[in-house]
Amino acid sequence: MNWTWFHRFGSAPYMYGFARRWAPWFGGAAALLMLIGLYGGLFLAPQDYQQKDAFRIVYVHAPSATLSLMIYTTMAIAAAVGLIWRMKVAHAAAAACAPIGAWFTVATLFTGSLWGKPMWGTYWAWDPRLTSELVLLFLYFGYMGLRAAIEDPQKADKASAVLAIVGIVNVPIIKYSVNWWTSLHQGHTRYLADPDMDRSMLWPLLTLFVAFGLFFGAVLLIRLRAELLRRERNASWVREALS
Amino acid sequence: MSEFFAMSGYAFYVWWSFAIGLGIVVLNLVLAIRSLSSAKQHARRRMETTS
Repeated sequence: MNWTWFHRFGSAPYMYGFARRWAPWFGGAAALLMLIGLYGGLFLAPQDYQQKDAFRIVYVHAPSATLSLMIYTTMAIAAAVGLIWRMKVAHAAAAACAPIGAWFTVATLFTGSLWGKPMWGTYWAWDPRLTSELVLLFLYFGYMGLRAAIEDPQKADKASAVLAIVGIVNVPIIKYSVNWWTSLHQGHTRYLADPDMDRSMLWPLLTLFVAFGLFFGAVLLIRLRAELLRRERNASWVREALS
Repeated sequence: MSEFFAMSGYAFYVWWSFAIGLGIVVLNLVLAIRSLSSAKQHARRRMETTS
């Protein structure tokens, strides 16, 4: 196996250029798919026979929730790569993930709450799924707080990476909470093989999953550039990149 | 059209969800761009003082 790509991704100037080139494409594709998915979800998908139009909240809630877990997983993997191979770019990527993940966890909690009120009769309950998602938000806050509290960037990288890796246990807990415990929240929805939703409702949702994923990619690449500039402030490539 | 905005009586919940979701999407883009431009500014200022 050829590992040159791995080494190239470990180089800050290469990654900076890569991020600058690719962010607009990720962002453009995300915007296009978001418009298509929202149009499909709001105008084309039929009403649900039980939830009427309230089910449309799924089109913001489910992509945000998936993203909140996907970003945490990305952050933990990047932190582990940084720790194992002492790769600064990976630590920078992990640090860039945290605020984005925290924001999408907030989106998940608020949209879920707005869906819970009409369907369950309450904005909030100390339910396994809801509580574990709130713990996810605190993990993001803990990660960012720890980084901010340690002045030496290398020590901050190491300490926060350990926190990110330990916190990954919460990801399967969130995902399977609806199967392991009695929960107000509905169980797993199958999206691909033998889907639980009708095609007419499903395609806008799948489009939005992809759109949100691409959007995360775009924002991550922008934030990664900022992280790299802050870390490598004395490197000669920064001079070239900014000239 | 007014039927569409009424969302079969769930207008408050549906529209607030979409507003918060899209608001957070836009905010993430704005915050990331601001973070990048401030990092650029700091790096430029440092270059001026060291060169």
